[in-house]
Amino acid sequence: MGDMDRIRWQCRRGLLEMDLILQRFLAEDFDSLNTDERVLFKELLGEVDTVLLAWVMGQEAAPKRYDALIQRLQRR
Amino acid sequence: MGISTRQFDAVVVGAGGSGLRAALQLAEANLRVAVLSKVFPTRSHTVAAQGGVSASLGNEEPDNWHWHMYDTVKGSDYLGDQDAIEFMCRKANEAVIELEHYGMPFDRLDNGKIYQRPFGGHTSNYGERAVKRACAAADRTGHAMLHTLYQRNVRANTQFFVEWMALDLIRNQAGDVLGVVAMEMETGEVCVMHAKATLLATGGAGRIYAASTNAFINTGDGLGMAARAGIALEDMEFWQFHPTGVAGAGVLITEGVRGEGGFLLNKNGERFMERYAPTVKDLASRDVVSRAMATEIKEGRGAGKDADHILLKLDHLGADVIDKRLPGIREIAIKFANVDPAKDPIPVVPTCHYQMGGIPTNMNGQVLAGHNGGAIVKGLYAAGECACVSVHGANRLGTNSLLDLLVFGKASGEQVVKDLASEALSHQDLPKDAADRSLARLARLDSAQSGEDVAEVGAEMRRTMQLHCGVFRFPDSLAEGVRKMQEVGKRAQQLYFKDKSKVFNTARVEALELENLVEVAMSTMVSANARQESRGAHDRSDFPDRNDAQWMKHTFWYKENNRLEYRPVNLKPLTVESFEPKARVY
Repeated sequence: MGDMDRIRWQCRRGLLEMDLILQRFLAEDFDSLNTDERVLFKELLGEVDTVLLAWVMGQEAAPKRYDALIQRLQRR
Repeated sequence: MGISTRQFDAVVVGAGGSGLRAALQLAEANLRVAVLSKVFPTRSHTVAAQGGVSASLGNEEPDNWHWHMYDTVKGSDYLGDQDAIEFMCRKANEAVIELEHYGMPFDRLDNGKIYQRPFGGHTSNYGERAVKRACAAADRTGHAMLHTLYQRNVRANTQFFVEWMALDLIRNQAGDVLGVVAMEMETGEVCVMHAKATLLATGGAGRIYAASTNAFINTGDGLGMAARAGIALEDMEFWQFHPTGVAGAGVLITEGVRGEGGFLLNKNGERFMERYAPTVKDLASRDVVSRAMATEIKEGRGAGKDADHILLKLDHLGADVIDKRLPGIREIAIKFANVDPAKDPIPVVPTCHYQMGGIPTNMNGQVLAGHNGGAIVKGLYAAGECACVSVHGANRLGTNSLLDLLVFGKASGEQVVKDLASEALSHQDLPKDAADRSLARLARLDSAQSGEDVAEVGAEMRRTMQLHCGVFRFPDSLAEGVRKMQEVGKRAQQLYFKDKSKVFNTARVEALELENLVEVAMSTMVSANARQESRGAHDRSDFPDRNDAQWMKHTFWYKENNRLEYRPVNLKPLTVESFEPKARVY
């Protein structure tokens, strides 16, 4: 429970675009992530916003391990 | 008092560009520095700055700080203090080169010098022609700056308190500031951070508007803390807007869209810019376009079910042209406006971007005790967007925001070092009630069994600000806005949330943030209602002209009774001749 609350807070970002994308993801997708995916999501939140946004907007390629997560973020 | 106390030489609240720059100055002087931040430092909103940082390095063509100073004074619509502007422009080269030495990856020329590009409002020879003055790291200047400063701070042993929120300033009977009360989000634990010097660097509060480019964290926490502690907020009526943000989201749509032939429509499908600017139409300057959009909405010709936005049409360009000339625009519109601009228009609205006003300081970052004279609040400093030095006056020149945080982050840090060395500051005894105000706020929130919903009150505040105190301001509407904000203010004293847990309780944090935002919104509305002229970003329908005879002065708003006082603009630079006010035309 505490961990979920921490993740929710860490979805507060430096870029408005990532705030918006991650809020939608939290509301609609996060619950369906399995344990491994949650670990990976936490790792993803450690990335910098400008880089994250470039991945989600398809302007730069993300590391392979993030592919599935980025694809889900792209739908948000 | 039952809560723990930690002692430092200095506490810095906020870890964006200005907080990190100031902290570095302190840590490198071997002071014990605590930096509090709601989010990890490199996730601060400074990361959103793309354009660059200005400095008259003259690497590409002749340039000098006098010209930069002229552009800044003119950009400020003569409300900027000319001593502070001279100081900033003269310090710019040193600030940029210092950052270069810290390892900032600036774009470079073939000869190895820092590459510089032209930027709106930057000119050579006092407005004669455009000059290349902006230094950048691709389109990620803010990002690179944050990383560079963060790494440097780690090396200097700055102590970071990440995911901590400062709640209130601690002041003693004499009015001196002795630190802050802060909350660790992970545990909900409240702690006194007892310091000889306290430096606010909490950034802007653009989240007071429904349409804002600011990240969710930009809630003006430092401004709320200052206001509650009886400190004035200066020039809060001045906010920079961009004409085309996605309605309901805030994400910017580049002005290049109109440059490539896109145009604006009202709800009747009318290309209304033909009425406001018959020759240049949709390519008129930002303020003209924003004013026209606001007028259309005000007069009931806005689009959508609430008639609250304008449509930006570009489908006539065709998908191929859009993809080729405006890369990324379709993706942005699809993602944030839910429309494909190759088929449908994008709903847009003038969108708040930057706060020119803030906590009043002198050039050394010392917070002013009031509107009269130069007296300071002992122990308190502020820098960056939360501060008002004032170098931006009524309107900020592009790329001067990053320069501001470098120059005044450092200057305020230097002043703290000086004050500590001279023993002007020490650890004064904490008053017995040091944390009472914060604890009472928390206790009320935690014990409330009913009350006002945080999200609803926040939405009402943002709607009120957007409607009544947006980019173009109407007299009846401003007066009504003051009444509505007083209602919002009352509701904000009754905030309630259901989840009372201590651990990472986002609901509690959002309630505390809203209390800060409401102070900022109130100061903005009241200050704007009183200023009977149009100057820079403050644009009124009933007073369309600048009035230098009566309004060459800074607004000082005090929370108590919404009192307004004024302070004359400092027109006297440090060493050069004054720039006399002229009509601001480009």
